[in-house]
Amino acid sequence: MLSGGYQKITRPRKVKTLNTRNELNIGLYQRLYLARRCEEKIVALYHENDMRTPMHMSMGSEAIAAGVCHALKESDQIFGTYRSHAIYLAKTLDADGFFAEMYGKDTSRIKGKGGSMHLCFPQRGFMGASAVVGNPLPVAVGAAFANKVQKNNKIVAVFFGDGTTDAGQFWESVNVASLMKLPVLFICEDNELAVHSPKSTRRGYQSISNVISQLNCHVLEENTTDAEVIYNLVTKAIQSIRIAEKPCFITLKYYRYLQHVGIKEDFQIGYRSRAEFEEWYKIDPIKVQREKLHNLGLSEKDVAIIEKEIDTQIGRSIEKAKKAPFCGTDELYKGVFA
Amino acid sequence: MRKITFCDAIKEAIDQEMERDERVFVYGIGVPDQGIFGTTVGLQEKFGKDRCLDTPIAENTMVGFGLGAAINGLRPIHIHIRVDFLILAMDQLVNMVSAYSYMTGGTLKVPLVIRVVIGRGWGQGCQHSKSLQSLFAHIPGLKVVMPTTPRDAKGLLIAAIRDNNPVILIEHRWLYWQEGEVPQESFTVPLDEAHVLREGKDVTVVATSWMNVEALKAMEILARRGVNIEIVDARAIAPLNDEAIIQSVKKTGRCIVADNDWVHCGFSAEVAARVSEKCFGQLKYPVMRIGFAHTPCPTVRHLEDEFYPNAIEIIREVEKMLDLSPTDLSKEEFYSHNNHFKGPF
Repeated sequence: MLSGGYQKITRPRKVKTLNTRNELNIGLYQRLYLARRCEEKIVALYHENDMRTPMHMSMGSEAIAAGVCHALKESDQIFGTYRSHAIYLAKTLDADGFFAEMYGKDTSRIKGKGGSMHLCFPQRGFMGASAVVGNPLPVAVGAAFANKVQKNNKIVAVFFGDGTTDAGQFWESVNVASLMKLPVLFICEDNELAVHSPKSTRRGYQSISNVISQLNCHVLEENTTDAEVIYNLVTKAIQSIRIAEKPCFITLKYYRYLQHVGIKEDFQIGYRSRAEFEEWYKIDPIKVQREKLHNLGLSEKDVAIIEKEIDTQIGRSIEKAKKAPFCGTDELYKGVFA
Repeated sequence: MRKITFCDAIKEAIDQEMERDERVFVYGIGVPDQGIFGTTVGLQEKFGKDRCLDTPIAENTMVGFGLGAAINGLRPIHIHIRVDFLILAMDQLVNMVSAYSYMTGGTLKVPLVIRVVIGRGWGQGCQHSKSLQSLFAHIPGLKVVMPTTPRDAKGLLIAAIRDNNPVILIEHRWLYWQEGEVPQESFTVPLDEAHVLREGKDVTVVATSWMNVEALKAMEILARRGVNIEIVDARAIAPLNDEAIIQSVKKTGRCIVADNDWVHCGFSAEVAARVSEKCFGQLKYPVMRIGFAHTPCPTVRHLEDEFYPNAIEIIREVEKMLDLSPTDLSKEEFYSHNNHFKGPF
């Protein structure tokens, strides 16, 4: 079951839960499935040219989004980059707002001024996303400073790709968070690529974990597509942040299924192979979690109920977004200043 | 009324706001120990290390840090001892700070103040001497103000701290020691109003920051031969409310913009364009502009003196506009490194 009671989807009543581990894994599956299905809908509908915003797809990374966001509380806060569909959906469970903004409609709380790359829902802890690599990190660190000063116990998690670790702001931010002992989770979503460039063309060192371990910062890494493993790792990381009063840097491996930007595969370019994808797809995070639910005793019918509820919600969200009006053109000049 | 220096007016504004609102904090490189020309001296002792902090030399990150603190309930004041150092933070300023409220549909507000020091010193050279107000003013979502009088320094800073938007406050270091009347109690000066510093009828001089001091000197000299210039302190660079400027030029029919910055694509160009658009029928002479030489700032004194605009240039421009013979300036004393303006205004 999802915690907090703020979400639009809940565990279907018909699905029996046997124990807390089942509850946890159903909750994780809901976040995984929501993120994947929303993006599959984007892939299916993008050709209509009504979602006029560059799509940096999360597909393949859902275990990170679900595992981390499920370990956080509703009041905890996250920041992301242009590739933030999965973390937005996993943190907020807000399919309505997600599609309203993809279609740029008046019903979106950001009224089409953000699009795919600048989602935002502060009330549910999604504090913003940026299309410039590296620059959400200092903002996350400053937000964590405010939380520490206000003693509100909130954790800030900032998600970024391994390409970001090349940027000056990455190093400055980890240093400042370590220096000031701030409650920040640095989540490096490591797909080995910065757009198309491999680490070998970008890094003058072997292991980022080794380098960061020299700072006053916890360092963890994991190579898994099992959301539960990531959930457990992050739960421990949050405890260590609270006990030792220092930030935590976690590297989590994943494979980016689609182009850097766009809804298609790009194996024809030649910088990576389909065979590599096929290896990773054997352990696709959604498949892994679905099998686990079966192993935990949920029937196919149980799983189908969970999935149907989410699919119904997504269908409604898309329908609402398509029907909604655009804002008036006077909106252009509104909100330059608060 | 009580007279205090520009420096003390800034310090008093921060002190009173930190007293009034515990969300306000001040930070920047060297802020607690060096005290930024004395404007932050004693704040750490009074308010503690959580509210007055030193930072690593990481300007871009520390501006982003301020953004994060601001959207999360605090009211940061970030200080840079040279505007040249703020250039490192253009990513955060232009991509994030200025746009954050807009791109989040107004769901988040950014009450962030950035104080930067500009101005001349002892051969500061090309990386410790810039002004750059037009660079920041070009970006939608940033407010930019340049106080000249001690009263404005206090009132604009308090208004900036209470504003829910990012505000860059640009302070000329030669102004820190000048004195003026400043109310003891807390007050605000609007962040979007130019004001008439001295009334006159012959030529409007729109000035920014230190150039107001140069304009005052020019006014004093020209007044002796019966020429009365009106000085409009532009004060609020962005957003620019040109009402006071336009009103003045409609009265005088002549306008010189004396900007403490480069001229090309500068704030002076914006003012000249607005005056040309809105006072076209009343203008008796083209709008003229005075500013830095279009070069990097040199170090050696005689070239530096040539680089910076001054009262003499204003006087010569006024004479041209009014078709007057050149005033004998050989016995006049002008402001220099050795001869700071002490006020009062």
